[in-house]
Amino acid sequence: MFMFYHSVNLIKQKHIIKNVFSIGMNVKLLIDRPDGTYCFREKKDRVYYISERLLQLAQTVKPDHLVSAGTCFGKFTKTNKFRLHITALTYIAPYAHYKIWVKPSMEQQFLYGHHVIKSGLGRITENTPKHQGVVIFTMADVPIGFGVAARSTTECRHADPLATIAFHQADIGEYIRSEDTLT
Amino acid sequence: MGRKAKFDETKKVKKGPGRKAKKQPDPVFKKSLLEDDEEPKKLSHRQKQRVARRAKKKAELVEKRKTLKQAKKNVAKQKEVTVEDAEDSSEEEKEVQGFTDDNKEWLKPKQKSKGKQEENSESDSGHDGGSDVEEESESEDDGKTRNENYKVGTLDDLFEDSDKENGDVSSEDEEASNKLAYNSDSDEEKSDEDEDDDDDMLPIEKANIKLKKKQKVDKQLADEEMQLNIAKQDVFAFPSEEELLNPTSLQDVQQRIKDVVTVLGDFNRLKEEGRSRCEYTDLLLKDLCMYYSYNEFLMEVLMQIFPVQELVEFLEASEISRPVTIRTNSLKTRRRDLAQALINRGVNLDPVGKWSKVGLVVYSSTVPIGATPEYLAGHYILQGASSFLPVMALAPQENERILDMCAAPGGKASHIAAIMKNTGALFANDANKERTKAVVGNFHRLGVVNAIICNYDGREFPNVIKGFDRVLLDAPCTGTGVIAKDPSVKTTKDQKDIQRCFNLQRQLLLAAIDCCNAKSSTGGYIVYSTCSILPEENEWVVNYALKRRNVKLVPTGLDFGTEGFVKYRHHRFHPSLKLTRRFYPHTHNMDGFFVAKLKKFSNVIPEAVNDEEDEAENEDVEKTEDDETRATNDSQSEESEGETTETKNKKGPLKRSADSKGPEPAKKKKNFEQKSAPGPVTPPTDGKNSKKKQKNKKKQNREVDKEKKTDEKSDISTGNQKKHFANKKKKGKGSNSNADESPGSQKVQQTPEKLEVKSAQIKEEKLNTSQSPTKKKKNRKNKNKQSEKNIPENKIASKKAEIPEKVQVEVAKKLKNKQNKKKKQIGQLNTKPPKQQHKQGDIHKKQFKKKV
Repeated sequence: MFMFYHSVNLIKQKHIIKNVFSIGMNVKLLIDRPDGTYCFREKKDRVYYISERLLQLAQTVKPDHLVSAGTCFGKFTKTNKFRLHITALTYIAPYAHYKIWVKPSMEQQFLYGHHVIKSGLGRITENTPKHQGVVIFTMADVPIGFGVAARSTTECRHADPLATIAFHQADIGEYIRSEDTLT
Repeated sequence: MGRKAKFDETKKVKKGPGRKAKKQPDPVFKKSLLEDDEEPKKLSHRQKQRVARRAKKKAELVEKRKTLKQAKKNVAKQKEVTVEDAEDSSEEEKEVQGFTDDNKEWLKPKQKSKGKQEENSESDSGHDGGSDVEEESESEDDGKTRNENYKVGTLDDLFEDSDKENGDVSSEDEEASNKLAYNSDSDEEKSDEDEDDDDDMLPIEKANIKLKKKQKVDKQLADEEMQLNIAKQDVFAFPSEEELLNPTSLQDVQQRIKDVVTVLGDFNRLKEEGRSRCEYTDLLLKDLCMYYSYNEFLMEVLMQIFPVQELVEFLEASEISRPVTIRTNSLKTRRRDLAQALINRGVNLDPVGKWSKVGLVVYSSTVPIGATPEYLAGHYILQGASSFLPVMALAPQENERILDMCAAPGGKASHIAAIMKNTGALFANDANKERTKAVVGNFHRLGVVNAIICNYDGREFPNVIKGFDRVLLDAPCTGTGVIAKDPSVKTTKDQKDIQRCFNLQRQLLLAAIDCCNAKSSTGGYIVYSTCSILPEENEWVVNYALKRRNVKLVPTGLDFGTEGFVKYRHHRFHPSLKLTRRFYPHTHNMDGFFVAKLKKFSNVIPEAVNDEEDEAENEDVEKTEDDETRATNDSQSEESEGETTETKNKKGPLKRSADSKGPEPAKKKKNFEQKSAPGPVTPPTDGKNSKKKQKNKKKQNREVDKEKKTDEKSDISTGNQKKHFANKKKKGKGSNSNADESPGSQKVQQTPEKLEVKSAQIKEEKLNTSQSPTKKKKNRKNKNKQSEKNIPENKIASKKAEIPEKVQVEVAKKLKNKQNKKKKQIGQLNTKPPKQQHKQGDIHKKQFKKKV
C-alpha cells in the first residue's frame, strides 16, 4: 500500500508513519494522490517526499551533486528516530486533525522557539488529548509550526495564564534560525 | 442717578451718553475773529519748548553730517576721476557685450558721482540737468536701476537742507507716503521737497531709512557678486596643476564636476582656448573617481557607456539604494491579501507597477520586513524589482521542464515555480554548495515542490541532462548594475575581472543553449541576464553565442527598458541585439540589469570559429593578425575562383559558412589543426553552396528523424575528406612535373584518375564497416598509384575489375555528385563525431585556463 523504496528500510518506515500519525494525519493521503504517484526517499538520513515523475529526473543527477529534490520531510537521528522538519509543514498543515490557534501576541513568541502558554492561546480543537501532536496556526489560519499538546482541551480551561499549553517542536522561524540544517 | 434699566422690550433704551454727560457744542465765533484764527496756531508753551529742542538737535546733527560729508567728498573726488574714465570705456564695452552685470559695474561708480552732483545741486542746478541728459541717452533697461540709485542718492543728502522747518507733524506722514510714490519717478524737484520734509523725521525713522538703504546696497552688491559668479561659471577656468594636486574640498570637486559637465555639454562655445576635449574628460574622470570613490578603470569603462550628463546621473543613482521590493508567492497567497496583512502590521507599501502583478514596493515598515510571520510562512520573498524581469521574459508555461542555471539564492527560480504552479519540473542549479542551502530554505519556505536542486558547475550541465524547454541563465557578473547594494565593486574590479567574467559567461551561455531543446513544442527559449551594465558582459556575450550556436534573438516581452547596444566603441554587434533590454538605476529606478531572450532553432552545434575570441583577448595582436588573415583570405578567394570546376574541399581554412565575417587568426588555426583535426574537415565555403546549405539546413531542422541518417552520412563524409587529404598529398608528391602549374590545372588533368579512385574507395567503404583498415588501404592504394600509375591495378585493389571503363566513369560521376551533396549537407549541419567535439571543448577549457 505504501510506496516506500528500499532506501527507506522497514524500521524507518515505521518511524515515519508513527511520526506523521502523531501529527494526526494519515500517510495514506500523501501516498495515494490523484495527481500522480508520490513516494518517500531517503538520502543521507533525510527523507524526501517526491513525485515519481520528478524522481526519475532527479536520478539523472549524481548523488554527490544532488542537494535536494521534492520536499524534505524530516531526518533520522543517529538513534534511528524520525524527526519531522518544519519543511513538512506544507503537507501536514492542511490534513492536521488537531490544531491550536495562537493570539497575535503569541505569534512572535512562538516563532522565536517558545512554548505556547495559556495567555497566548486563541483556540484549540475540541477533544485534543494530552501529548497529542498538534499544528500551530495564527488567528489568520497561517500555519506557523507544530508541537505537542501539554494539556488536553479540558485541562486548558482551568489552567492558569502562564501554564504551557503546547510544547514547541518546530516553527517556521527555523527557516531563518537554522537554514543550514534544514536539509 | 443713572439711567433706569428698563427690561421690557417695548420701550427702547436710548443709546449713547446720558443727558448729563452730553458734550457742549463747539463755540461759534464771529467771522472777523475766525479770519484771525486762520493764521497758524500759536504753539503752546510746551510745544514751543519741544520745537526748540528739536531744532537744536537737528542743528547738531547737521553739523555732524557736514563734517562727515566733507570727509567723504574728499574720497569721492579722488575716485571720481577714475570712475568717469571707466564710465566711458564701459559704455563702449556694454554695447559690444550686452552683459547686464557689466551695466551694474559701471552703474556703481555712477551712483557715487551722483552723490557728488547732489551735494552741489543747490548751488548748481544746471549741472544736474546736464547729467540727466547724459543718463537719458543710455539704454532703457538701465533706467530703473539708475532710478533706484538716484533715490539712494537723494536720501543721502537728506540732511543738508536742514534750514527749512515744518512744524506740522501730521503732514510729515503724508509726505512720507508721498515720497514712496515719488521715488519711482526721477523728478528732482519733488524729491528735493521730500528731502525737505524728511528733515522732520524721528530719529528712529531715519534709522529705519538708513537701514533700508544699507540693505539695498548690500543686496545690490550680493546681486553683483552672484552675477560675477555666474559669469565665472560660464567661462569655466581650467584648474592649474597645483589646484589639481591639492584638492580643497569635496564641494569644490562637485562644483568642478558640474562645470566640466556643462562645458562638455556645449563644448564649442564654453571651452577654454587651447584646451582639448581630452583634457576636460581626463579632469572629469579624476574628479568623478575622487568624488564617488571609483577606481579609474571602472570609471573609464562607464564613461564609454554613458554620455557625461547621464553618467553623473547614473553615479548619483548608484549611491542611493533602491526601494525594497517584495514578490508575492502566488503559490500561497494573493497580492491583495498579502498587502492587507502587511498593512495591518504597520508596513507602508504599494504595487510595484503595472508591469508586475506580484511585486510590492515597501516604503517604510515598523517591523523587520524579512522576519514577519507572513515572510516565514512563505507568503512573499524579498526580491529586487529587476529580478522579476528575466523570469517575465522567460515566460514559463505549466508542465515544462525548466532549468535555472545559476539559481542561488532561489528568488528567480521560485518565481518560475510559482508561475508554473508547481507543475512540470524545475532544475535549480548553482555552482556554490553553500549557496544552494539558501535555495533549499527558500524553496521549502515558499512551498516549491517540483524542484530538483543540484550543485554542478553550469558549464558541465549539458553532460548531466539536456532537453529543457526553457533555460534561465542569470550569469555571475561584476555587479556594476548593483553598486548601491555592494559598493566594493567600485574599487575592486579591473580588466581581468571583467575578462574572467565574460569568458565564464560565454561558456555558461553556450552550455545553457546546449541544455535547451529546440524541438520543444512550447519552448526552446533561453533567457540570459546579468546585473551588470557593461556591454562586455552582455551584448558581447550574446553576440558570441549568436555566432556559435543556432539561436536567434527574440523580443523579451518587456515593454520598458532601453534597447541593447548594437554599436559599442569599435564593436559592431548583430543588429538584432536591439531586441535585448537594458535597465538602469537612474532611468528605471531598479538595479542595473540586462535581459536577452534567445530562441533556439536547431539542436545542431555548428563548428566553432575562434575569430571573435581572440579579438577579446588581445586587441593589440588582433590587428596584425587581422592583416595576415586578410591576406590569406584573399589568396583563398582567388583560389576558389580558379577552382570553380573542381571540388572546393581542398581549401584548408576552417570557416563558418553563414555569417562568420571575421577572419580567423593564424595562430588559432594552427593550434586547431594540430590538436583536433588531422586534416581539413571543412565544408565547402562557396557562396552558392552556403546558400544551398542554408536551405538544406532549414529542411533538416524541420525533419527530426533525419538526424540519425545525417550522422551516418557525416561518418562517411569524414572518411571521404580524409581521402581527399590523402589525394592532395599524393598530388604533391606524384606530379612533380606539374608542381609549378596552378592547382586548378593539376586537378583537371588528374580528374579521371581521381574519380575512379574515389568511386572505388566509396564502394569499399560501403563494404567495409570499419574505417581504419580502409584508410590504410587507401594509403597503400595511393602509394601504388604514385609508383606505378596503373589504373587496372587499382581496379583490382578495389575488387571491381570487371566493370568496363566507360561505365566506370559514369558511375564515378554519379558517385561524385552524391558525395558532393553529402558534403553540402554535412557542411551546413556541421555534425561531427562526438569525440571531436569533446576535444574542441577541451581545447576551449585549456584556453580558458590559460587566460585566467
